[in-house]
This record gives sequence, C-alpha cells and structure tokens, in this order.
Amino acid sequence: MLSESAQLHAKILDTSPEAIPLRNGFGEGLVEAARADKNVVGLCADLTVSTRMEAFRNEFPDRFVEIGVAEQSLAVTASGMAAMGKIPFMTSYAMFSPGRNWEQIRTTICYNDRPVKIVGSHAGISVGPDGGTHQAIEDIAIMRVIPRMVVVAPCDSVEAKKATLALATNGSPSYLRLAREKTPVMTTSETPFEIGKAYEMWRADMPQVVIIGCGPVLHNALRAAQSLANDISVVILNAHTIKPLDTETIARLAAECGAVVTVEEHQIAGGMGSAVAEVVARTNPVPIEFIGVHDVFGQSGKPDELMEHYGMGVSHIIDALRRVVKRKK
Amino acid sequence: MSGMTDEQVKMIEEKALSIRESIIEMLIEAGSGHTAGPLGMADVFATLYFHALRHDSKNPDWAERDRVVLSNGHICPVQYAAMAHAGYFPLEELKTLRKFHTRLQGHPHREYLPGVEASSGPLGSGLGQAVGMSIAERMDNTQTQKFFYALLSDGEHDCGVMWEAAMLAGKEKLHNIIAIVDRNNIQIDGLTSDIMPLEPLHEKWAAFNWHVQEVDGHGIAAISAAIDEAKSVSNKPSVILAHTIPGKGIPEIERDYRWHGDPPGKGPTDKIPADKQGEFFLHELRSLRGKITGEHE
Repeated sequence: MLSESAQLHAKILDTSPEAIPLRNGFGEGLVEAARADKNVVGLCADLTVSTRMEAFRNEFPDRFVEIGVAEQSLAVTASGMAAMGKIPFMTSYAMFSPGRNWEQIRTTICYNDRPVKIVGSHAGISVGPDGGTHQAIEDIAIMRVIPRMVVVAPCDSVEAKKATLALATNGSPSYLRLAREKTPVMTTSETPFEIGKAYEMWRADMPQVVIIGCGPVLHNALRAAQSLANDISVVILNAHTIKPLDTETIARLAAECGAVVTVEEHQIAGGMGSAVAEVVARTNPVPIEFIGVHDVFGQSGKPDELMEHYGMGVSHIIDALRRVVKRKK
Repeated sequence: MSGMTDEQVKMIEEKALSIRESIIEMLIEAGSGHTAGPLGMADVFATLYFHALRHDSKNPDWAERDRVVLSNGHICPVQYAAMAHAGYFPLEELKTLRKFHTRLQGHPHREYLPGVEASSGPLGSGLGQAVGMSIAERMDNTQTQKFFYALLSDGEHDCGVMWEAAMLAGKEKLHNIIAIVDRNNIQIDGLTSDIMPLEPLHEKWAAFNWHVQEVDGHGIAAISAAIDEAKSVSNKPSVILAHTIPGKGIPEIERDYRWHGDPPGKGPTDKIPADKQGEFFLHELRSLRGKITGEHE
C-alpha cells in the first residue's frame, strides 16, 4: 500500500489522476528561486515557452539571455556567467542539451566546477509524435558519468518544482530531467524531498521485491504493485536523484527484499538501472530485472502507445516482477 | 601610436624574450607539449601581462581584475611563463609543466593554478565563456571598468561554437570583450589555408558585428595601440587579428607547421638533429638578447 510517510496525492491511483507536465513545476520553481536569490539567471536556446522559462523571463527580463538555436554556446555562456557568481539555469530539449553540447558541459561546466543547472525538457520516449530524433533516452547515462554532475529525474510536477529550488542552492553542476506530457501528480507539497535521498512510495508487508525507479513511469510501477497486491509484495523506491545515488537505502532494500526491478524511461544501458546495479552488485548481489528501452530508437506515436511498445507499460513491470521472484534462490 | 615610451617597448620586448626562453626550458624539461604557438604569442602575452591588463599577480582573485580566458589551451606554456615572470608564482615552478601533481597542467585547469580564469583545451569554447562573463558583469554593473579578453587561435575558427559565441557577443554589443586571434596560419595537419581556409577573416568578423583590427603580432607598440583602440569602442565587441609567426625567435623553425605539436628534442630533424634541438633553440634565443633596442630602431 501507499507509504504513509511519503504523503502522496490522495487520487494517485484513481482511474484518471490529476495530470500536469513536469516542466510546469520547473517553471514555477525557477521563478520562486529567482525571487529568493538575485544571482539566479536564465538562458534559453530558442525554446523559452515550451521549456517553461517564460514566466521567469517575463518577471526578470534583465536576468534572461536568449542564446538562439546554439546549445554549445548555451553551455559555455552559462559557464562564463557562473564564473562571475551567477547561478545559471539553461534550458532546451534534453536531446539538444545535454545531447548536443556534452563536451562543453564536461569541460566548461564540470571540469571548471561551475554551478550551472542544465535543464533538459522533453526527455524520454513520451515526447511522442515528434518521433525518434526528439526522444532523449540516453541523457541520464551521459550526464551521470561526468564527475561532479548531480543528476535529478523528478517523478511529477510537484517534485520538479522542489528539485528546481533545491538545485538553485546546491552549489554544483546539475542536470534536471523534465518531460513534455501531462503526467500523473503523485506527490504533494508534504512529500519529503532531499537531493540524494530516495524515499518509499509503496510498501507491502514482507516485501519480496523492491522496485527502484525515477520519473513519471513510477506511476506504472504503482499500478503494477497495486494489481499484484495479493500475489507479490513490493516496495517502491523513488530514486529521483540518480547521482549522488542513495546507495545506503538501495543496499538496505536489496538486502531486505532479495530482488530488484528497476524502472525508467531511458535506455537500459547506462541509466538509473545501471547505477542501481553498480550498487547492488558490490553490496548485496541479488537478481535484478531492468525496465527501460532495449537499445533501440523510438518513433512517432502517442505516449501511451510508445511506452507500451517499448516495454515500459504496467504489464511489462508485472512480468518483470514475476521473473525476478522466480530467479530468487 | 600607443603612447608607450621607447623604454616601455624595450622593457616588454625583453620580457617577451625571457618568456620565450622559459617556454623552451619548460618544454625541454616536460618532454612534450607545443612549441610553435607559444613562441608566436610571446609578444602578445608580454604586452598583456606587463602593460595592458588590470591585474594583481599577488592577489589573483582581486574582484576588479580584467579576465583573461585562454581558449586554445595548448599554448598555455606562454601564459604560464608570462604569469611566472609577472610574479604569480616562482619561475622555478615552470619546470613542473606537465608533470604529476603539477599546478601547470598540460592544458590549463583553473582550480590548479590561481590566475587561470577558465580550464581549456578542447577548442572553441573560450570566447563563449568570456561572453558569459561580460553578460553577467553587465547585469550587476553597467558602468564596469573590467575588460574580458579571449585569446583565440586561428585553427579554432573551424569550431561552430566559436561562431555561436561571436554571434551572441555581436547581438549583445559587448563592448568590453577584446578577442585576440593568434593568426599564425598553421594548425596541426598543415596550413589553415589548406586545412580549412578562413579568409576573408577580417570581413567574417565584421559581418558578425565586431570591430576588427589587424596588427603585427610581434610589434609591441602596435599590439598595445590596438588594445587601446579596442577599449575605446563603445558599441560592439572588438577582435584583434594578430599576425604572428609560429616559432617566432628561432628562424630555423619559424612558419613550419610541423612544430605545432612537438617539443624541442622531438621535432622535425631535417634542419637540427633531435638531441641538439633544445640547446640550439636556447642559444638562438639568448643571442637575441642585447640586440633588442626597441622596435623603433
């Protein structure tokens, strides 16, 4: 059942839960962060409205820089601004930033240790009809591998807002992963959020499997846990911070449950599941099943169709839970 | 021209010669690194660190300092040598270049060495960082007296990100940006005119809404005058195309692109045997001392 300590949204498991895009939460959080600290500045690569930087731009036009369609320039300019004491938030679609400007992020932001916040909207396959060119499903992998980079993938708009506020003050190069589509609001303002601290969204007695996930796809994990409630008992952990990963909690739950299923809207290779596997393998090796994209590109379609086709639907999570339980010794 | 006295010009020429000697000594000790570019930029760096810059070598974090972003990090021996001669750190430390635990990384790292404003190496990214610095400064202080220098190579004009930054600086009319291009006509694979032709370079920059000047990159007074003119431009960023001779100071290697990436002892051997290169280069440079009497001679 839903974990009480998480204080989740009351209608989380309704047939039609409230749905808001993650990027909206970012937009609200950025304005709030900017009101609190005059050094918060914004840069955008010709996507100000759709990355939800518009409200910030309207309230703080003198602290906003329009870079144009130039994501490498976006990164190096933000680095230079941070060198003068600013806390730059730079937005684009994840496919272009960090997709196109990886080396500039590595050298001028991380190697230089500048606290730039890279905000990648429209991440994941659920971008939908735009098709495979616009579906960033490698971004977590390429960001988490860079030293110093903090990587956060919030599960809903409420958490995206909290993450934005937290990253404004963490002093580190950081990547915030957002999505385009309206997705279920799972958390509330009371739900705990701390960078680097995973929390339980669901817990059954005598759990047999821990599902570790991040992002909106956690809602599918909740549905799967609910439908198997009388069959397989599950803990669901929201690992919103992929780096630094909450290794202590993950190791403890892997030991307690004896099996893991990871769930993310990203390539299986190199993503959150890989990060979890790195921890589990060296702390308490137990069977792991991975839900994510299987080394292929996406295509046009409705978000739900694509999530189903590429193996991240509720039924796929249920199958993975059954498989992993069978693998337990 | 620049309002510099002959004595000032002569002093900076001598600093440039000392910087060149230090560059060769460093490269011999390191056994790797780039020779041609650092030698070619010694006069520009000497003019910056001993005349044009507002800086304090004993207080490298001084908030009011001008910022120098070296974009083509591989010529860092010239910056390290200029900084050491200017008093940022002991000359003796130059011999640690490229060695384990050194502050003088093979390509500069700002966290290792105070006074380095931005880590660099991968080409093309320095100008944009200077642009970001200038934009941030303007947000805080529209009356700022700071200048933001970006030292660029000609080869890195091949990089798209450099032109992205040039476009942004033009759009934002960042008058306190002064880019200085090491126009030495070589890159690793050969002459820039063969590898990726850049001309008409003057017109390209002008088309991006920059104030463009061309100078003899070995004429101290001319370099200084160009920087003065750049400082006086109030409505657009400035670029100085400094025409330099790669390997300047050692006639046997001047203009030879094969010396782009090799240190003395590992360069082409058709003119000087490998084991004689270091000694020969130092001899060449030292023989120049005493001949310097100011460029008006």
